[in-house]
Amino acid sequence: MNDDSGKKPASAETGLPEPFSGWFGKRGWQPRPHQLALLEKADAGSSSLLIAPTGAGKTLAGFLPSLVDITLKEEKRKPGAARSSARQGIHTLYVSPLKALAIDIERNLATPVAEMELPVRVETRTGDTPQSKRQRQKRNPPDILLTTPEQIALLIASREADTLFDGLKFVIFDELHSLVTSKRGHLLSLGLARLRKHCPDLQTIGLSATVADPEALQAWLMPQSGSKGANLSERIVVEGGAKPQISILETDEHVPWSGHSARYAMADVYQAIGEHRTTLLFVNTRSQAELLFRELWRINEDDLPIALHHGSLDASQRRKVEAAMADNRLRAVVATSTLDLGIDWGDVDLVVHVGAPKGASRLAQRIGRSNHRMDEPSRAILVPANRFEVMECQAALDANYLGAQDTPPVGIGTYDVLAQHVLGMACAAPFTADDLYEEVKSASPYSALEREQFDRVVDFVATGGYALKTYDRYARIRLTKDGTWRVANPRIAQQYRLNIGTIIEAPELKIRLTRHSGRGTNVRGGPVLGKVEESFVEMLSPGDTFLFAGKVLRFEGIRENECIVSKGGAGSPKIPAYAGGKFPLSTYLADQVRTMLGDPDTWRALPPQVREWLEIQRQKSVLPSRGELLIETFPQGDRYYMLMYPFEGRLAHQTLGMLLTRRLERARARPLGFVATDYAMAVWGLRDMGLMFERGELSLAALFDEDMLGDDLEAWLAESWMLKRTFRNCALISGLIERRHPGKEKTGRQVTVSADLVYDVLRSHEPDHILLQATRHDAASGLLDIRRLADMLSRIKGRIVLNRLNRISPLAVPVMLEIGKEPVSGEAQDDILAEAADEIIAEAMGSG
Amino acid sequence: MNRASAAQALIADEMIQTAEIEISETAAVCDPLGALFLPQSATLIVSDLHLEKGAAFARRGMMLPPYDTAQTLKLVTAVVSRYRPACVICLGDSFHDRQGAAALPGQHQEQISNLMAGRHWFWIAGNHDPDHPEGLGGDCVSELYLDGLCFRHEPAANAAEAAGEVAGHLHPAARVVRRGKGVRRPCFASDGQRLIMPSFGVTTGGLNLRNNAFQGLFERRRLTAHLLGRDRIYSVPFDRLIG
Repeated sequence: MNDDSGKKPASAETGLPEPFSGWFGKRGWQPRPHQLALLEKADAGSSSLLIAPTGAGKTLAGFLPSLVDITLKEEKRKPGAARSSARQGIHTLYVSPLKALAIDIERNLATPVAEMELPVRVETRTGDTPQSKRQRQKRNPPDILLTTPEQIALLIASREADTLFDGLKFVIFDELHSLVTSKRGHLLSLGLARLRKHCPDLQTIGLSATVADPEALQAWLMPQSGSKGANLSERIVVEGGAKPQISILETDEHVPWSGHSARYAMADVYQAIGEHRTTLLFVNTRSQAELLFRELWRINEDDLPIALHHGSLDASQRRKVEAAMADNRLRAVVATSTLDLGIDWGDVDLVVHVGAPKGASRLAQRIGRSNHRMDEPSRAILVPANRFEVMECQAALDANYLGAQDTPPVGIGTYDVLAQHVLGMACAAPFTADDLYEEVKSASPYSALEREQFDRVVDFVATGGYALKTYDRYARIRLTKDGTWRVANPRIAQQYRLNIGTIIEAPELKIRLTRHSGRGTNVRGGPVLGKVEESFVEMLSPGDTFLFAGKVLRFEGIRENECIVSKGGAGSPKIPAYAGGKFPLSTYLADQVRTMLGDPDTWRALPPQVREWLEIQRQKSVLPSRGELLIETFPQGDRYYMLMYPFEGRLAHQTLGMLLTRRLERARARPLGFVATDYAMAVWGLRDMGLMFERGELSLAALFDEDMLGDDLEAWLAESWMLKRTFRNCALISGLIERRHPGKEKTGRQVTVSADLVYDVLRSHEPDHILLQATRHDAASGLLDIRRLADMLSRIKGRIVLNRLNRISPLAVPVMLEIGKEPVSGEAQDDILAEAADEIIAEAMGSG
Repeated sequence: MNRASAAQALIADEMIQTAEIEISETAAVCDPLGALFLPQSATLIVSDLHLEKGAAFARRGMMLPPYDTAQTLKLVTAVVSRYRPACVICLGDSFHDRQGAAALPGQHQEQISNLMAGRHWFWIAGNHDPDHPEGLGGDCVSELYLDGLCFRHEPAANAAEAAGEVAGHLHPAARVVRRGKGVRRPCFASDGQRLIMPSFGVTTGGLNLRNNAFQGLFERRRLTAHLLGRDRIYSVPFDRLIG
């Protein structure tokens, strides 16, 4: 098909064939070099990774090879003749992480397709596409299908997969850097391996922002064969345009010691909003968004149109804000990461980043949102919320100028995702284990998969993979005489389709606003404001007030799956924050901050009050050098404190805190509690740990030994709710527990209960079960950040600096201020029960 | 601390703190493992065992671990040897579905037979298991009257029948929040007239006592939740519970 396609010569002026050359010319455009380069490589049959900053015309570049190929093939055909028999199915698949992005692209492609009168039909297919349209798409597929990873999984598992994909020529992955790092990316990589089986010659095009390890993405785009080195795609890199102008907010206000609200800076931020056309205000958490939105409106004397946008708000409300934004009707939007990706916005000329960026790459992405034209510099202001964040902002700022990147790695393919895929492939057609194993290994995240593990996953899919073989007669897939695995009955395939995908929402409740009824909550109806995590609602008692959608709300109660609220008046909310959307400090930035701390020469860039703070720390205690871990001990009140400054992020510090307190307890140091921030961790107890170190009753080296990640970790994990949450996700993704039954959807509430029970049963009976392996693997890199903790422990070996003080040090102040804000930690559940029971013992009926 | 870990680490009998209560003037003992004992007639009551729940799900394509029956029976064995009852009442939903008893693996059948030996054994019919469990001894009835109490699976809607009723079916659980931290446990629920048993099976979920399903069943002023702790019962009045 490649050589005899009768190509027209490309125009010497534009390098493009007609009608493309003419279309570019008419608009006074020149194709950009990377667009031509991509076309050329595609023409030569290669797959490519295109790395370009926002605004570089990445998307058009990605589609050019497809548009040209389809057009030329169609032109070769005589007018009126039937469509060439070689291709009945889809020519190009475009995969985007966001539904909205796919729809946006459809709009953007419509113009060139219409103006050049290209013989190309472009359609979208997402979770929102009506059933009738989906059916029609299977019978009569478009040339270009714009879709999401979940739809790919559904399509390859359908019986029509052959006809749909046998003529597939290109697969375009947009925002590839964000797709590949998650389980979603793992599932998509397996989907790509299957597409390649349908069509071995298919070419891939990856579109990505700048990443730390482009080769991992190049490998992801190509089939891997395992034995030799990685098989890489071509790579085209577009250098960034004008350098962004980033500054740290200059303020005369006092920069707080701790906290995350950045409320102190709102007057300055408001002034900046007034000086620009449109400002995007990025924050790290939804509660921060709520708080700042409220603060800005409190001082909004000019009544500037300022809006709020975060993932918990009701979709219709978000759409309204997006539309107003596109029409340039807003002066500012306070937003969380829901606005991070993709979609074009109106004329944003300033990005304000409130709170520390947590990662240099994330900062670069967000700043890219302003001035969406590559050649104009972006304007951005960083607003640190506390003193450590000042240092972090400075580090991120340096990083952005240096172009350093800290995107997360692609990661090793997980077993739960593989299990889902295996069942899907059985639904598509019978398979032999040998063939499917080879196919799976061709996907780069699974290229190192052992056959034994693969077989265990297949066994899991069939009967749950238990040592006790009592479910053989209920198997979901069966090995038949011809050596192929087949689904046991059609109901299994139906269940599979309902449970597809890797995105597990935290259980959430709708927030419905009703009129306060005074007594009881029997008022019906009222608008839905959005959703909030179940775990947050469970902490509320009727009458508590909290901030949501810019309003103070009064909690009335839970009715079915709704959180019923009424207007809570104007006072300050009792419960200010709800969790969600917290990112850990990236390893790269952490290293930068440690370096800065140990090198006073770099402090010049810092504001005077922060410089002064570090200076006093140097006088009163010590400042650790980049590779060292500083530990300070001191008494305060009737407690003894041990402070450490690993800068490894809150998650890793929390895990460290859990493990250290266990060890301290065994050493009879009588620890009482700990608190972790992104930068530091404090443990307190009844005995002077500094004195214990000095007398040799406690050994620093032993306390921080890497073996803490052995038995202690194992013992702690047994009870950790974090691991249960992780297990629940693995159980849902792998299909052990269903998300939806045909006809009746389980609520998150019910799913959580049963997953916890299953987890406990599995742990006690089959600690080596494949799903527990998957859970531990996730925990290591995710919620518990064990991998990072392990790296830290090995880094600081023999480099721990202990400083015994008589009183609190300047560096310790921020974390000490956090004490008491955290809920009580850990496992003393029965204590809480006893407290509740004893408190009312006089009134209690019975004799407890 | 849930049922499965309770089965894993049984607490020695002498360490246990029970709660002694009265149901319509009949003395009863609530055990932290979730069983009720009537000293007067040496009768032990367990409710909602949901045996073979894992297998029931597996039959429908969800391969839950096949160990729940062994664990639930381990707990039943523990309370039977703790109280050495003359009579055992399984208060309905003893099996998760109708096929459960018939497909019960041999070793579990044997285990149940051993538990039955030398004592009366009643299977109260439940909504999951309306018939006599196939292949097992004991008597299957829909209601049973004993010690001035009435035992049935589903609590009667009619308020006149509330006095002296012991029922199951609803899997009551209660939630307590202190210092921003919540604990949720299965519980006995009683207002002194009626008692609703916690579910005994290791993979059964719970329903919050504040849920509408409990509306009208109790006189709330006198309602107490007896929460199952690790080694003792925690008794908390209804108005201290969180929904």
